[in-house]
Amino acid sequence: MKWTFFHKLGSPKWFFDISGKLLPWFVVTGILLLVIGSIWGLVFAPKDYQQGDSFRIIYLHVPTAILAQSCYMMMAVSALVSLVWKMKLADIFITSAAPLGALFTFLALFTGAVWGKPTWGTWWVWDARLTAMLVLLFLYFGVISLQSAIDDIQLASKATSILVLVGVVNIPIIKYSVEWWNTLHQPATFKLTEKPAMVPEMWMPLLVMVIGIYCFFTAVVILRMRNEILMRERKTKWVQAFIFK
Amino acid sequence: MSQSVEYIGLGKVLKEVCLREYLCAFRHRQAFINPLVFFAIIIALFPLGVSPDPKFLSMASVGVVWVGALLSTMLSLDNLFMKDYEDGSLEQFVLSAQPLYLIMLAKSFVHWTLTGLPLIIISPLLAMMLYLDFEHLPALMLTLIMGTPVINLIGGIGAALTVSLRSSGVLVSLLVLPLTIPVLIFATGAVQASIDGASINGYIAILGMLLMLSITLAPFATSAAIKLSVSN
Repeated sequence: MKWTFFHKLGSPKWFFDISGKLLPWFVVTGILLLVIGSIWGLVFAPKDYQQGDSFRIIYLHVPTAILAQSCYMMMAVSALVSLVWKMKLADIFITSAAPLGALFTFLALFTGAVWGKPTWGTWWVWDARLTAMLVLLFLYFGVISLQSAIDDIQLASKATSILVLVGVVNIPIIKYSVEWWNTLHQPATFKLTEKPAMVPEMWMPLLVMVIGIYCFFTAVVILRMRNEILMRERKTKWVQAFIFK
Repeated sequence: MSQSVEYIGLGKVLKEVCLREYLCAFRHRQAFINPLVFFAIIIALFPLGVSPDPKFLSMASVGVVWVGALLSTMLSLDNLFMKDYEDGSLEQFVLSAQPLYLIMLAKSFVHWTLTGLPLIIISPLLAMMLYLDFEHLPALMLTLIMGTPVINLIGGIGAALTVSLRSSGVLVSLLVLPLTIPVLIFATGAVQASIDGASINGYIAILGMLLMLSITLAPFATSAAIKLSVSN
């Protein structure tokens, strides 16, 4: 396998070319999986014996919650890459992914609230995982506002990277502190090491939704990154050639 | 080879940094008195706004004192680097032959003795005005002694990141407050355990861990952020 392909992804120009070719695949797979997964989950999956139909929001809640957290981890890895190897694309990824992370965190909280009303009898409880997600949302807001407060793009990216890394040190501490503080939420639905406790008819559509939402996330991030690249590299020849061709 | 520049050792540099910090603080006394007054006002507002009932207040007192301490520390973060950034001494710190890490740690320590320590000293009085029982005051003081340095150190990162911005007040709080949640949880948890008659050792141990982690890690992030802000 030729690794030059991988190295090329680090340069904005090559990333722009390659991502342009990959983008349609992610868009098509993402939409296809999301449509299949939601119809399968909402119509064909069996009812829960306790919660009835209200459990079906899991097909939106779990994927968004997984992505909300893994988006922060991806940003943290990019922050490390940006600070150590000073790769431009890592900065661009953080800028593009932060608002999406905030959006998915909000969606996870919102769908959780909608699910909580029929099953727990309340929209919101000060429970460990809910509180940790709320703090995650605040962290995303901090990243976005620091990014937009500094005018110089290079400086803003570096400052944001430091903040993201500080945040990632703190995330496990916050998670466990609120867990010991107060908890009601059920444990994680999917674990890599164990078989899910649900029947396959129920978790298969969930898996489809999770993969679908990752594809969707990738597609939107690529779109946002391409815009950001055009904006940041607007003085280079290839961007001007691309725009005025 | 002639050595025309006198080499200054680490100990002397740190001592000079601390002395200079105290001198600067003494000349801007008001900047350090204001957060204390702010702290007292928050605590006075609470019984007025919610309920003057002694039973309720004694239940809420720990949380109110701690949230007040958090907010007033946020207010004092502006003093930490702003003046040094404006008069260029921050650049001299960065250029210094001694590690920026230790200079930042010294600055944070001085800042804590000027903001955290007075706050700890007046907090028993304010806690008793909120009807916290006398016997639980030592637990509250202990959590404040261990928790406020953590907030100062984490706050230093936020202050360093935003020092080159013109209006950074709200932004610093937005960046720092989510990161201080564990301190708040374990500190209030410790005092609550003391009220319930349980042992507070576990909470104090975790607060100690947070303190050690922030002493060792936070100055790294602070000095990286300072280098960044100075290069602007």
